[in-house]
Amino acid sequence: MRVPISWLKEYVDIDIKPEELAEKLTTAGFEVGKIDYIGVPQNQVEGIRVPPSNHLVWDTEKILLGAIKEVKDHPDADKLVLAMVDYGADELEQCVTGAPNLFAYKGKGELNPPLWTAFAMEGAQVWDGHSDEQKLMTLKGKKLRGIYNKSMVCSEKELGITEEHEGIILLDNDDDYVAGTPFVEVLGDVVLDIELTPNLGHGFSVLGVAREVAALLNKELREPSYDVVMEGASIEEQADVDIQEPDLNPRFTLTLLKDTEVKESPYWMRHRLQLIGQRPINNIVDVTNYITFEIGQPLHAYDYDELVKRNGENPTLVTRLAEDENIETLDEVKRTIGANQIMVADSQGTLGFGGIIGGAETEISENTKNVLLEAAAWNFINIRKTQQAQKVFTEAGTRFSRNVHPSRAILGNKRGIEMMRQLGGGKIAEGIIDKYPNQPEAVTVELPISEVHRLLGIEVSIQEAADVLSRLQFDVTIEGDVIHATTPDYRTDISTGIVGKADLVEEIARIIGYDKIPTTIMADEMPEQKRNRRLEVEEEIRDLLVALGLTENISYRFSTPEAEAKLTPKGAKSSLPEADYVTLANPIASDKTVLRHTLLTNLLINATNNARFNERQQVFEIGNVYLKHGAGLPDEPGRIAILMTGAREEKDWAGGDASPVDFYDIKGVLEALVDGLHIDNMEVTRGEHSSFHPGRSATLHIKNKVVGSFGELHPRVAQNFGLTEHPVMIAELDMDALISASPDLYGVEALPTAPPVLEDIALVVPNSTSAGQVEAIIRKAGGTLLRDVKLFDVYTGGSIEAGHKSLAYALTYQGDETLSDKQVKKIRKKIIGAAEHQLGAKLRA
Amino acid sequence: MAEEVQSIKAVESDALSALTSINNEKSLAEWRSQYLGNKGIIRGMLSKIGTLPKEERGAYGQGVNVLKNKLTDAYESKQGEIEEATLAQDLESGQIDVTLPGRPRTAGRVHPSTQTLRNFYHIWADMGFQVFRSREVELDEYNFTKLNFPPDHPARDMQDTFYTTEKDIILRTHTSPGQIHAMEQLGGNGTKPIRVILPGMCYRYEQITPRSEAQFYQVEGLAIGRNIRMSDLKGTIAEFAKRMFKPDVNVRFRASYFPFTEPSMEVDAECFLCDGQGCRVCKYSGWLEIAGSGMVHPNVLRNGGYDPTEWSGFAFGMGPDRVAMLKHGIDDIRYFWGNDLRFLGQF
Repeated sequence: MRVPISWLKEYVDIDIKPEELAEKLTTAGFEVGKIDYIGVPQNQVEGIRVPPSNHLVWDTEKILLGAIKEVKDHPDADKLVLAMVDYGADELEQCVTGAPNLFAYKGKGELNPPLWTAFAMEGAQVWDGHSDEQKLMTLKGKKLRGIYNKSMVCSEKELGITEEHEGIILLDNDDDYVAGTPFVEVLGDVVLDIELTPNLGHGFSVLGVAREVAALLNKELREPSYDVVMEGASIEEQADVDIQEPDLNPRFTLTLLKDTEVKESPYWMRHRLQLIGQRPINNIVDVTNYITFEIGQPLHAYDYDELVKRNGENPTLVTRLAEDENIETLDEVKRTIGANQIMVADSQGTLGFGGIIGGAETEISENTKNVLLEAAAWNFINIRKTQQAQKVFTEAGTRFSRNVHPSRAILGNKRGIEMMRQLGGGKIAEGIIDKYPNQPEAVTVELPISEVHRLLGIEVSIQEAADVLSRLQFDVTIEGDVIHATTPDYRTDISTGIVGKADLVEEIARIIGYDKIPTTIMADEMPEQKRNRRLEVEEEIRDLLVALGLTENISYRFSTPEAEAKLTPKGAKSSLPEADYVTLANPIASDKTVLRHTLLTNLLINATNNARFNERQQVFEIGNVYLKHGAGLPDEPGRIAILMTGAREEKDWAGGDASPVDFYDIKGVLEALVDGLHIDNMEVTRGEHSSFHPGRSATLHIKNKVVGSFGELHPRVAQNFGLTEHPVMIAELDMDALISASPDLYGVEALPTAPPVLEDIALVVPNSTSAGQVEAIIRKAGGTLLRDVKLFDVYTGGSIEAGHKSLAYALTYQGDETLSDKQVKKIRKKIIGAAEHQLGAKLRA
Repeated sequence: MAEEVQSIKAVESDALSALTSINNEKSLAEWRSQYLGNKGIIRGMLSKIGTLPKEERGAYGQGVNVLKNKLTDAYESKQGEIEEATLAQDLESGQIDVTLPGRPRTAGRVHPSTQTLRNFYHIWADMGFQVFRSREVELDEYNFTKLNFPPDHPARDMQDTFYTTEKDIILRTHTSPGQIHAMEQLGGNGTKPIRVILPGMCYRYEQITPRSEAQFYQVEGLAIGRNIRMSDLKGTIAEFAKRMFKPDVNVRFRASYFPFTEPSMEVDAECFLCDGQGCRVCKYSGWLEIAGSGMVHPNVLRNGGYDPTEWSGFAFGMGPDRVAMLKHGIDDIRYFWGNDLRFLGQF
């Protein structure tokens, strides 16, 4: 909300610089997001930083209040006139100008009162009014169609007030004006742009901010006048109200202004509305907007004669719930007011949404003579729901959805109707229709001072705390150690009981200032310290994978069923988890409609994106998947996914193994991971997952439990993701299975003291025999003295019988004592015997 | 007899003169085997001792042994010289191009968000706050209602929510529902103090732009006890800021509004990029917003099983991704989940 300081000063004296005021408001919760300067220079205040502003500072000697005493014809140009300006000098200055709003005064002789405007002398800097971008220009003397001119009367755009350049500034006449006064003293201003949190409904107006300023600066607040001059016939016989839903519409007031004139508002009104970002329309509509921003009570004005046309004499406005009724609203949109939405209606049907936006049919037009003015109160929850359902967000609706207290309605109505009378003339009907079925009770909170100390840790006296609340217009009495505070009637954010106490503690802290609260170290009892083993092991897994050369990815948790379907080759049965998706009701993008069932989809998409710049990719991701089983919350199990593709090693000048990674590379990573987690029951069987190459993938088991799949991505799946350059190795593992298999404690073996005996053997076996089988048999036969078995060569062809392969193993024998040749020979014989006997293996010569 | 003595002298002078001209290991080895080897001259001389008359044998033997020692010393000193010369030559000529790149080792990288989270874990652990994680898909009740956001309350407008197709099931908009879970699981029905941080992924219905994301990390903190005051909150957060940003960082607290805390405060740290002088990153304010915080709202304490007249607590929430952006000068938040290896490779 934009708040001009000139407007604030109508209600409270401000004797500090705008930057200081902004800082005070910000620390008190009225965050000033931006400070806009109009003509005045920015101040440098010690300890306060504000963004530098590039606004135009009005030269106090060259940009002055000017009085146009006469407007003369330009002898040689129809579209130019000569404005004769008194700017405090002995002689009038002749300004050549094309301002269309001076043409009406052409040839009228001496003007009395004069036209007050902004006058800029030779040498003054102003914005170039004809430029689309912000461009400064300095006034210089030159001939304009034959007449020398060295000064100018300015438009709002030229002074940086608004974008208006249709005519020059013409102020309302003011007998106190003195020509030659620096113009910055007339219209110079600072506008604070305040970001209001949802609890600050009572601050959603210039008066609301003024109250806060008064409390912060400890100044008196000057309420605006709510006096009304009522001279017309009583309203009682001319209009009525029928509230049918008092919970949704606790108050409804009406006043009536007759024989008024709809016209342009005076300059001050238009200027203020423009400063706060509102477009002036006409004096009646402008007043409804003005009061909304001034005191926070939205108003709605009806063309009374239109209501009479619809209803006959003495129309009654009814507020009730709608039943899908159609209306064209003021914004020229045709809408249907749905069930549970409150509206204002008459005998002919709906007139508009209650508290949000009115209908076009009864709106104020140029021809309106009689104005019926509504000021009401509405249930904020209902207004918010309706605004969201209708997607219509008006100044009125936004305020009512923050909960405007019903006490404001009568004040807004009085001030609004009187202002309309003053600006448009006419007579206000005697009396006010005021239906107020649900008058809320005043909220009183009992606050022991100990509560302030308990929550804030600050030593504040009961008197000081009570003073703060008084400054915030609470009605305060002190009884012993307890403050009794009654909430002012415009606030709706103070509760009762323990919550009310917290509400008041916050008010006290806010106004005293959070900087006054000391900084302490917690002295409270330390809670029981518990470890988080799942996180510990998860981080260990990350470190292991990073140490193995893999880079961590974190992807969107979002996916689509279609994207995940790409993981299964056409016609195959999916091996992804059988579960429903958590489906978003309001996705932000078509590729983010559900929560993922697998990490692989996004990891593969990342790989596709990275493939343009990185031929070699080795990455992993750790995170949740979301498996929904029927109604209710989904399971969120953790997963680890790995992706490797491209060259095994990075290319370099001295070589590097550039062959593409294969199954055994990813298997090596998994072995190292499992080993790093001190899990020793890892088992690998042929893969069955349909996303993988059936011949080059495997299932990982730990303690007879399936933990995941790994291997080469199925070529069809690789095609689906456009990753056909190199084979892609992937793995997806159940993180919780790994974590629970990883022992918290593990022992280490003592280092052997006896020397090892090293020996190589090569066994020739049929191709169908797996290396795993051979190793298992060697280990079993070798017993405890066979300390290590390492496969170091796999060979086919040459002297090896067709359909066979030679597997060469380096064996390490080691016992507690030095082994004799005889002992070693015996084990060796046993190993070879077992291999021959159980596998049909032959010792390679 | 004179003939033999002569022989020792002659051998000595031949050997030493031959040695003088030797300048490499190979010739030296040959010389050694010629004179000192198993079949060498010295061995030959000794073997002849028996042929000498008995009375000459002693003196001759002694003479040959003296010669042997002399030649051995000469050999060793020559060997040292040659070694020295070879090494000197090698040091001189063995230069490589030190500007050639090293052989690449491929190190993996921890994602910057994880790095920041770990940073948070460590700092908070030192202050007695342990990690407590909870689910990401939540009941409306936990994400909002129990945190004092009544249904349809305008406070809900502060957080654009992802709804799911099942009523009342949403993606959590903040890690705050973890406050309720922590109180329920650790609070012993409102009888035990709590100190935890709640890290995790959160979701907001927001367009993905350089400045806003639909998913983001949050780390929330919660302390509950019989004597927790707002001054403790200030002290605790100030301590964190010192460790996270810099030891002498100034911190400021200003009033704000969150439905689940009261009083509520925003926490700003002095911009560590410009020392509070004002720069583009801090929008010339000299301050960076680092946390939302406040005293746990009495309704939230009650919803977590605590009696708000006896227990109090504070809570705060921070965005580690934003901290990482500030620390590394990252302008585009989309880098985080983009997983471009050229980005990740820089951490």
